[in-house]
Amino acid sequence: MAGTAVRGRLTWQSATVGSVTDETHQVRTLLLEVPDWPGHLAGQHVDIRLTADDGYQAERAYSIASAPGEPLAITVERLDDGEVSPYLTEELRPGDSLEVRGPIGGYFVWEPAFGGPLLLLAGGSGVVPLRSMLRCRASAGSSVPARLLYSSRSWEDVIYRAELDGLFDGVEVIHALTRSQPPGWTGYARRVDQQMLAEVAWPVAQQPLAYVCGPTSFVEAVASGLVGLGYPAGRVKTERFGATGQ
Amino acid sequence: MKALDDYALDGNAIGGLLIEVFGTETTTATGTCGSCGAVSQVAELAVYRSALGTVVRCRTCDAVLMAFVQIHGVTCVDLQGLASLA
Repeated sequence: MAGTAVRGRLTWQSATVGSVTDETHQVRTLLLEVPDWPGHLAGQHVDIRLTADDGYQAERAYSIASAPGEPLAITVERLDDGEVSPYLTEELRPGDSLEVRGPIGGYFVWEPAFGGPLLLLAGGSGVVPLRSMLRCRASAGSSVPARLLYSSRSWEDVIYRAELDGLFDGVEVIHALTRSQPPGWTGYARRVDQQMLAEVAWPVAQQPLAYVCGPTSFVEAVASGLVGLGYPAGRVKTERFGATGQ
Repeated sequence: MKALDDYALDGNAIGGLLIEVFGTETTTATGTCGSCGAVSQVAELAVYRSALGTVVRCRTCDAVLMAFVQIHGVTCVDLQGLASLA
């Protein structure tokens, strides 16, 4: 449990929506102002709870998008049949409030002291906690080499595109566009497969640390692919979002 | 270990629920399946959530390890499928 922010009982707190940023046509980042936010680690999440007028409550977990030390932010993908995400991405306005509890999670976290090289593998909105890790790496001045392989449907679906484009200094970002590609695209134009992993993954001898996050089918394929390349299972951390599409 | 289907989440998703129940971060704890003896970190177990409750299954033999149901704000916990949780 090294580094885990172990605290007392987890309690629901009221958060106020600060700014709202559209990342893609169906993904939005919400800055949440929480009084006495205790801080978080890169990779942790929060639970969000909504209560309807009739008392019905719905609860979901959302990865924290901001780095440790930054204000709490979550990035939410709208699922058309979702119960919570359409409200968070379409209805919520700055100044509105919602209930939040966290930070949560001690497994899918990265701290600069863990080292690397880091291999980050994202399917769709699975990039959110990995973005927190990259921001954490940058703000800590870490020189750990990092590689992000990020699978999206199309170039328009790439979350944090401008920010990822601007990453250098020991960070490589490799995109895979599974459904459509812009004219002149020379990058990967298919789902992540074993050959792609073999091309992108750090050699096992460098003792890399891998974090895989995305829809369950993506995580299953990538994690077993890495183990197939010789990565020890204990060096492949996974977080599954269920059937969110990719 | 079988591949999980699309509807499965993993133990990370119930980190909050587990703190509520056990009072401490539990996704990094190690659970032992009472049916097949498989040992796994809680974060790596299969989790199925529905309006009725939450079921946690073994990744090796599919046995139910933990079940959580909320009734009138009280969480009922069934850990009979676990040989140990440490």
